[in-house]
Amino acid sequence: MQVDLRILRYDPERDKKPHWERYRVESGPMDRVLDLLHTVKWEQDGSLTFRRSCAHGVCGSDAMLINGRNRLACKIRVDQLGRKVSVAPLPGLPVVKDLVVDMEDFFAKYRSVEPFLINDSPAPPRERLQSQEDRERYDDTTKCILCAACTSSCPSFWAQKSYVGPAAIVNAHRFIFDSRDEGADERLEILADADGVWRCRTIFNCSDACPRGINITKAILEVSSAIVERRV
Amino acid sequence: MPSAPALLQRFPRLASGGDAHREVLMNVLRYRGREGMVAWAFHRISGVGIFLFVVLHVIDIYLVGGDPRAYNELLAFYASVPGRFLEVLLGAALLYHALNGMRIIIIDLWPTMTAYHRQIWWASWVIFVAVGVPGAAIILRPIWLPILRGIGVA
Repeated sequence: MQVDLRILRYDPERDKKPHWERYRVESGPMDRVLDLLHTVKWEQDGSLTFRRSCAHGVCGSDAMLINGRNRLACKIRVDQLGRKVSVAPLPGLPVVKDLVVDMEDFFAKYRSVEPFLINDSPAPPRERLQSQEDRERYDDTTKCILCAACTSSCPSFWAQKSYVGPAAIVNAHRFIFDSRDEGADERLEILADADGVWRCRTIFNCSDACPRGINITKAILEVSSAIVERRV
Repeated sequence: MPSAPALLQRFPRLASGGDAHREVLMNVLRYRGREGMVAWAFHRISGVGIFLFVVLHVIDIYLVGGDPRAYNELLAFYASVPGRFLEVLLGAALLYHALNGMRIIIIDLWPTMTAYHRQIWWASWVIFVAVGVPGAAIILRPIWLPILRGIGVA
Protein backbone atom coordinates (compact mmCIF):
# COMPACT_ATOMS: atom_id res chain seq x y z
CA MET A 1 0.00 0.00 0.00
CA GLN A 2 1.31 3.45 -0.97
CA VAL A 3 1.13 5.80 1.99
CA ASP A 4 1.08 9.58 1.81
CA LEU A 5 3.21 10.40 4.85
CA ARG A 6 3.48 13.95 6.18
CA ILE A 7 6.06 14.74 8.83
CA LEU A 8 6.39 18.00 10.75
CA ARG A 9 10.10 18.74 10.32
CA TYR A 10 12.19 21.25 12.26
CA ASP A 11 15.93 21.75 12.24
CA PRO A 12 16.88 24.54 14.66
CA GLU A 13 20.05 25.23 12.64
CA ARG A 14 18.17 25.73 9.38
CA ASP A 15 14.49 26.47 10.00
CA LYS A 16 12.78 29.43 11.65
CA LYS A 17 9.70 27.36 12.40
CA PRO A 18 8.46 23.79 11.85
CA HIS A 19 7.14 22.87 8.39
CA TRP A 20 5.42 19.84 6.86
CA GLU A 21 7.24 17.60 4.41
CA ARG A 22 5.61 14.87 2.30
CA TYR A 23 6.95 11.42 1.57
CA ARG A 24 5.58 8.57 -0.57
CA VAL A 25 6.27 5.34 1.28
CA GLU A 26 5.42 1.73 0.45
CA SER A 27 3.86 0.04 3.48
CA GLY A 28 3.53 -3.69 4.15
CA PRO A 29 0.38 -5.25 5.66
CA MET A 30 1.79 -5.43 9.20
CA ASP A 31 3.90 -2.26 9.10
CA ARG A 32 3.68 0.23 11.93
CA VAL A 33 4.24 3.99 11.71
CA LEU A 34 7.75 3.39 13.09
CA ASP A 35 8.49 1.24 10.02
CA LEU A 36 7.43 4.15 7.80
CA LEU A 37 9.77 6.49 9.67
CA HIS A 38 12.59 3.95 9.30
CA THR A 39 11.93 3.71 5.56
CA VAL A 40 12.12 7.49 5.23
CA LYS A 41 15.29 7.74 7.31
CA TRP A 42 17.09 4.79 5.72
CA GLU A 43 16.01 5.26 2.10
CA GLN A 44 14.90 8.86 1.51
CA ASP A 45 16.24 11.38 4.01
CA GLY A 46 18.86 10.38 6.57
CA SER A 47 18.49 13.68 8.40
CA LEU A 48 15.05 12.74 9.79
CA THR A 49 15.41 12.64 13.56
CA PHE A 50 13.26 10.69 16.02
CA ARG A 51 13.64 8.64 19.19
CA ARG A 52 13.04 4.92 19.38
CA SER A 53 14.63 2.15 21.35
CA CYS A 54 12.89 -1.17 21.91
CA ALA A 55 10.40 -0.67 19.06
CA HIS A 56 7.89 -2.93 20.82
CA GLY A 57 5.81 -0.65 23.03
CA VAL A 58 7.83 -1.14 26.20
CA CYS A 59 10.45 1.62 26.43
CA GLY A 60 8.13 4.54 25.66
CA SER A 61 10.64 6.42 23.50
CA ASP A 62 8.60 6.95 20.35
CA ALA A 63 5.39 8.66 21.48
CA MET A 64 4.33 11.16 18.79
CA LEU A 65 1.29 12.99 17.52
CA ILE A 66 0.07 10.58 14.84
CA ASN A 67 -3.02 11.56 12.82
CA GLY A 68 -3.97 14.05 15.50
CA ARG A 69 -3.60 11.76 18.51
CA ASN A 70 -0.69 10.88 20.77
CA ARG A 71 0.39 7.29 20.20
CA LEU A 72 3.48 5.11 20.11
CA ALA A 73 4.85 4.92 16.56
CA CYS A 74 5.89 1.29 17.25
CA LYS A 75 2.41 0.25 18.36
CA ILE A 76 0.05 1.79 15.82
CA ARG A 77 -0.23 -0.13 12.55
CA VAL A 78 -0.49 1.80 9.31
CA ASP A 79 -3.62 -0.11 8.25
CA GLN A 80 -5.36 1.25 11.37
CA LEU A 81 -4.78 4.78 10.06
CA GLY A 82 -5.36 4.53 6.29
CA ARG A 83 -3.35 5.85 3.35
CA LYS A 84 -2.80 9.30 4.81
CA VAL A 85 -0.55 9.47 7.84
CA SER A 86 0.66 12.62 9.58
CA VAL A 87 3.38 12.58 12.22
CA ALA A 88 4.31 15.51 14.47
CA PRO A 89 6.21 15.84 17.74
CA LEU A 90 4.28 15.56 21.03
CA PRO A 91 2.27 18.77 21.51
CA GLY A 92 3.09 21.17 24.33
CA LEU A 93 6.74 20.09 24.74
CA PRO A 94 9.70 22.07 23.33
CA VAL A 95 10.90 20.57 20.04
CA VAL A 96 14.62 19.80 19.90
CA LYS A 97 14.69 18.57 16.29
CA ASP A 98 12.05 17.02 14.01
CA LEU A 99 10.15 14.53 16.20
CA VAL A 100 12.43 14.77 19.24
CA VAL A 101 11.06 16.80 22.15
CA ASP A 102 12.80 18.02 25.29
CA MET A 103 11.70 15.68 28.11
CA GLU A 104 13.76 17.32 30.90
CA ASP A 105 10.82 19.18 32.46
CA PHE A 106 8.62 16.07 32.11
CA PHE A 107 11.11 13.93 34.05
CA ALA A 108 11.70 16.70 36.63
CA LYS A 109 7.95 16.61 37.37
CA TYR A 110 8.08 12.82 37.56
CA ARG A 111 10.91 13.04 40.12
CA SER A 112 9.07 15.75 42.09
CA VAL A 113 6.41 13.25 43.30
CA GLU A 114 9.03 10.94 44.86
CA PRO A 115 8.35 7.89 42.67
CA PHE A 116 10.15 5.37 44.87
CA LEU A 117 9.35 3.27 47.92
CA ILE A 118 9.47 5.24 51.16
CA ASN A 119 9.54 3.02 54.21
CA ASP A 120 11.72 3.81 57.19
CA SER A 121 10.60 0.87 59.34
CA PRO A 122 13.19 -1.93 59.68
CA ALA A 123 13.15 -4.29 56.73
CA PRO A 124 11.82 -7.78 57.50
CA PRO A 125 14.20 -10.75 57.02
CA ARG A 126 12.56 -11.57 53.71
CA GLU A 127 10.41 -9.40 51.40
CA ARG A 128 7.67 -7.01 52.57
CA LEU A 129 4.59 -9.13 52.03
CA GLN A 130 1.41 -7.80 50.50
CA SER A 131 -2.01 -9.35 49.96
CA GLN A 132 -3.38 -9.77 46.45
CA GLU A 133 -6.08 -7.22 47.24
CA ASP A 134 -3.49 -4.65 48.35
CA ARG A 135 -1.48 -5.27 45.18
CA GLU A 136 -4.60 -4.91 43.06
CA ARG A 137 -5.22 -1.43 44.52
CA TYR A 138 -2.48 0.19 42.38
CA ASP A 139 -2.05 -2.45 39.66
CA ASP A 140 -3.21 -0.16 36.86
CA THR A 141 -0.65 2.57 37.58
CA THR A 142 2.32 0.15 37.62
CA LYS A 143 1.99 -0.10 33.84
CA CYS A 144 3.30 3.41 33.05
CA ILE A 145 6.27 3.54 30.65
CA LEU A 146 6.83 7.33 30.94
CA CYS A 147 6.28 7.97 27.23
CA ALA A 148 4.64 11.38 27.95
CA ALA A 149 1.71 10.66 25.59
CA CYS A 150 -0.70 11.52 28.43
CA THR A 151 0.87 14.70 29.77
CA SER A 152 1.40 16.15 26.29
CA SER A 153 -2.22 15.40 25.30
CA CYS A 154 -3.63 17.34 28.26
CA PRO A 155 -5.17 20.77 27.47
CA SER A 156 -4.61 21.82 31.09
CA PHE A 157 -0.90 21.14 30.60
CA TRP A 158 -0.84 23.01 27.27
CA ALA A 159 -2.35 26.04 29.00
CA GLN A 160 -0.29 25.86 32.20
CA LYS A 161 3.12 24.30 31.74
CA SER A 162 3.73 24.36 35.49
CA TYR A 163 0.99 21.68 35.91
CA VAL A 164 2.67 18.53 37.22
CA GLY A 165 0.73 16.53 34.61
CA PRO A 166 -1.01 13.14 34.40
CA ALA A 167 2.16 11.00 34.16
CA ALA A 168 3.63 12.31 37.41
CA ILE A 169 0.28 11.81 39.21
CA VAL A 170 0.02 8.24 37.87
CA ASN A 171 3.47 7.46 39.27
CA ALA A 172 2.61 9.09 42.59
CA HIS A 173 -0.59 6.98 42.68
CA ARG A 174 1.51 3.84 42.19
CA PHE A 175 3.23 4.46 45.57
CA ILE A 176 0.50 6.37 47.45
CA PHE A 177 -1.78 3.33 47.32
CA ASP A 178 0.99 0.75 47.92
CA SER A 179 0.38 -0.78 51.38
CA ARG A 180 4.17 -1.18 51.87
CA ASP A 181 4.84 2.52 51.37
CA GLU A 182 4.81 5.14 54.14
CA GLY A 183 5.30 8.30 52.06
CA ALA A 184 1.68 8.89 51.04
CA ASP A 185 1.30 12.03 53.20
CA GLU A 186 4.39 13.63 51.65
CA ARG A 187 3.20 12.93 48.13
CA LEU A 188 -0.36 14.08 48.81
CA GLU A 189 1.11 17.31 50.20
CA ILE A 190 3.12 17.79 46.98
CA LEU A 191 0.10 17.08 44.78
CA ALA A 192 -2.28 19.30 46.81
CA ASP A 193 -0.45 22.28 45.26
CA ALA A 194 -2.21 24.63 42.83
CA ASP A 195 -0.18 22.97 40.06
CA GLY A 196 -0.97 19.49 41.37
CA VAL A 197 -4.10 17.37 40.88
CA TRP A 198 -6.52 20.33 40.91
CA ARG A 199 -5.56 21.35 37.38
CA CYS A 200 -7.24 18.19 36.04
CA ARG A 201 -10.44 19.10 34.16
CA THR A 202 -11.51 15.47 33.53
CA ILE A 203 -10.99 15.85 29.78
CA PHE A 204 -9.88 12.19 29.43
CA ASN A 205 -7.32 12.90 26.65
CA CYS A 206 -4.69 11.28 28.90
CA SER A 207 -6.67 8.06 29.34
CA ASP A 208 -7.43 7.94 25.61
CA ALA A 209 -3.77 8.52 24.69
CA CYS A 210 -2.18 6.04 27.11
CA PRO A 211 -0.62 3.21 25.05
CA ARG A 212 -0.81 0.96 28.12
CA GLY A 213 -4.53 1.51 28.63
CA ILE A 214 -4.16 3.00 32.11
CA ASN A 215 -7.32 4.69 33.38
CA ILE A 216 -5.34 7.82 34.20
CA THR A 217 -8.28 10.09 34.98
CA LYS A 218 -9.48 7.59 37.58
CA ALA A 219 -6.01 7.54 39.17
CA ILE A 220 -5.94 11.35 39.31
CA LEU A 221 -9.41 11.46 40.88
CA GLU A 222 -8.42 8.82 43.45
CA VAL A 223 -5.42 10.94 44.43
CA SER A 224 -7.56 14.10 44.71
CA SER A 225 -10.12 12.19 46.82
CA ALA A 226 -7.28 10.99 49.07
CA ILE A 227 -6.10 14.61 49.48
CA VAL A 228 -9.62 15.73 50.45
CA GLU A 229 -10.18 12.83 52.83
CA ARG A 230 -6.54 12.62 54.00
CA ARG A 231 -6.94 8.89 53.86
CA VAL A 232 -5.47 6.30 51.50
CA MET B 1 1.00 42.45 46.45
CA PRO B 2 3.41 40.35 44.32
CA SER B 3 5.88 42.25 42.14
CA ALA B 4 5.32 42.45 38.38
CA PRO B 5 8.18 40.01 37.52
CA ALA B 6 6.79 37.54 40.09
CA LEU B 7 3.33 37.86 38.53
CA LEU B 8 4.74 37.30 35.05
CA GLN B 9 6.53 34.21 36.30
CA ARG B 10 3.30 32.94 37.85
CA PHE B 11 1.34 33.57 34.66
CA PRO B 12 3.77 32.80 31.81
CA ARG B 13 1.08 33.52 29.25
CA LEU B 14 1.10 37.19 30.29
CA ALA B 15 4.87 37.28 29.80
CA SER B 16 4.83 35.70 26.37
CA GLY B 17 1.88 37.75 25.13
CA GLY B 18 -0.29 36.08 22.52
CA ASP B 19 2.22 33.38 21.48
CA ALA B 20 1.39 30.95 24.26
CA HIS B 21 -2.35 31.54 23.78
CA ARG B 22 -1.95 30.83 20.07
CA GLU B 23 -0.02 27.63 20.81
CA VAL B 24 -2.74 26.39 23.17
CA LEU B 25 -5.47 27.18 20.63
CA MET B 26 -3.49 25.45 17.85
CA ASN B 27 -3.08 22.34 20.01
CA VAL B 28 -6.78 22.32 20.93
CA LEU B 29 -7.77 22.62 17.26
CA ARG B 30 -5.35 20.04 15.86
CA TYR B 31 -5.63 17.41 18.61
CA ARG B 32 -8.34 14.91 17.72
CA GLY B 33 -9.67 14.33 21.21
CA ARG B 34 -12.66 12.07 21.73
CA GLU B 35 -15.91 12.57 23.69
CA GLY B 36 -14.17 13.84 26.84
CA MET B 37 -12.36 16.62 24.99
CA VAL B 38 -15.44 17.61 22.99
CA ALA B 39 -17.47 17.65 26.23
CA TRP B 40 -14.85 19.93 27.82
CA ALA B 41 -14.67 22.26 24.79
CA PHE B 42 -18.49 22.62 24.70
CA HIS B 43 -18.45 23.19 28.46
CA ARG B 44 -15.98 26.07 28.05
CA ILE B 45 -17.79 27.58 25.06
CA SER B 46 -21.20 27.36 26.74
CA GLY B 47 -19.66 28.79 29.94
CA VAL B 48 -18.31 31.83 28.07
CA GLY B 49 -21.69 32.26 26.32
CA ILE B 50 -23.56 32.15 29.63
CA PHE B 51 -21.13 34.65 31.16
CA LEU B 52 -21.71 37.06 28.26
CA PHE B 53 -25.46 36.71 28.75
CA VAL B 54 -25.16 37.41 32.48
CA VAL B 55 -23.25 40.63 31.63
CA LEU B 56 -25.98 41.55 29.14
CA HIS B 57 -28.64 40.72 31.72
CA VAL B 58 -27.02 43.00 34.31
CA ILE B 59 -27.02 45.78 31.69
CA ASP B 60 -30.66 45.24 30.64
CA ILE B 61 -31.87 45.24 34.25
CA TYR B 62 -29.90 48.44 34.85
CA LEU B 63 -31.73 50.02 31.90
CA VAL B 64 -35.08 49.71 33.72
CA GLY B 65 -34.06 52.70 35.81
CA GLY B 66 -31.24 54.07 33.67
CA ASP B 67 -32.95 54.37 30.30
CA PRO B 68 -36.51 52.94 30.18
CA ARG B 69 -36.82 53.57 26.43
CA ALA B 70 -33.69 51.57 25.66
CA TYR B 71 -35.00 48.88 28.03
CA ASN B 72 -38.25 48.61 26.07
CA GLU B 73 -36.35 48.44 22.79
CA LEU B 74 -34.07 45.71 24.10
CA LEU B 75 -37.05 43.70 25.36
CA ALA B 76 -38.73 44.12 21.99
CA PHE B 77 -35.57 42.69 20.42
CA TYR B 78 -35.65 39.72 22.82
CA ALA B 79 -39.22 39.03 21.62
CA SER B 80 -38.33 39.36 17.93
CA VAL B 81 -37.49 36.40 15.66
CA PRO B 82 -33.67 36.72 15.92
CA GLY B 83 -34.03 37.46 19.64
CA ARG B 84 -35.97 34.25 20.15
CA PHE B 85 -33.37 32.22 18.26
CA LEU B 86 -30.67 33.71 20.51
CA GLU B 87 -32.82 32.76 23.49
CA VAL B 88 -32.95 29.16 22.25
CA LEU B 89 -29.13 29.25 21.97
CA LEU B 90 -28.92 30.57 25.54
CA GLY B 91 -31.24 27.80 26.74
CA ALA B 92 -29.10 25.22 24.94
CA ALA B 93 -25.91 26.59 26.53
CA LEU B 94 -27.46 26.58 30.01
CA LEU B 95 -28.88 23.08 29.61
CA TYR B 96 -25.64 21.64 28.22
CA HIS B 97 -23.53 23.33 30.90
CA ALA B 98 -25.83 22.04 33.65
CA LEU B 99 -25.98 18.46 32.33
CA ASN B 100 -22.25 18.20 31.66
CA GLY B 101 -21.63 19.76 35.07
CA MET B 102 -23.66 16.92 36.60
CA ARG B 103 -21.59 14.45 34.58
CA ILE B 104 -18.37 15.94 35.94
CA ILE B 105 -19.75 15.85 39.51
CA ILE B 106 -20.71 12.17 39.14
CA ILE B 107 -17.22 11.30 37.83
CA ASP B 108 -15.53 13.42 40.51
CA LEU B 109 -17.43 11.82 43.38
CA TRP B 110 -17.22 8.24 42.10
CA PRO B 111 -13.92 7.74 40.19
CA THR B 112 -15.02 4.25 39.07
CA MET B 113 -17.55 6.05 36.85
CA THR B 114 -14.62 7.25 34.70
CA ALA B 115 -14.98 3.94 32.85
CA TYR B 116 -18.47 5.08 31.72
CA HIS B 117 -17.80 8.78 31.05
CA ARG B 118 -18.68 8.39 27.36
CA GLN B 119 -21.98 6.68 28.13
CA ILE B 120 -22.86 9.37 30.69
CA TRP B 121 -22.10 12.03 28.08
CA TRP B 122 -24.38 10.41 25.48
CA ALA B 123 -27.06 9.96 28.15
CA SER B 124 -26.81 13.68 28.91
CA TRP B 125 -27.48 14.38 25.22
CA VAL B 126 -30.65 12.26 25.42
CA ILE B 127 -31.82 14.44 28.33
CA PHE B 128 -30.66 17.53 26.41
CA VAL B 129 -32.91 16.65 23.45
CA ALA B 130 -35.81 15.50 25.67
CA VAL B 131 -35.83 18.77 27.64
CA GLY B 132 -34.38 21.14 25.04
CA VAL B 133 -36.65 20.42 22.06
CA PRO B 134 -39.93 21.09 23.95
CA GLY B 135 -38.30 24.15 25.54
CA ALA B 136 -37.25 25.49 22.15
CA ALA B 137 -40.73 24.78 20.78
CA ILE B 138 -42.26 26.89 23.55
CA ILE B 139 -39.82 29.78 23.00
CA LEU B 140 -40.34 29.70 19.21
CA ARG B 141 -44.13 29.28 19.43
CA PRO B 142 -44.88 32.84 18.18
CA ILE B 143 -42.86 31.97 15.07
CA TRP B 144 -44.16 28.52 14.16
CA LEU B 145 -47.78 28.91 15.29
CA PRO B 146 -48.71 31.59 12.69
CA ILE B 147 -46.99 29.50 9.99
CA LEU B 148 -49.04 26.41 10.95
CA ARG B 149 -52.20 28.55 11.08
CA GLY B 150 -51.32 30.02 7.66
CA ILE B 151 -51.25 26.58 6.04
CA GLY B 152 -54.37 25.55 7.91
CA VAL B 153 -52.81 22.86 10.14
CA ALA B 154 -53.40 24.54 13.50
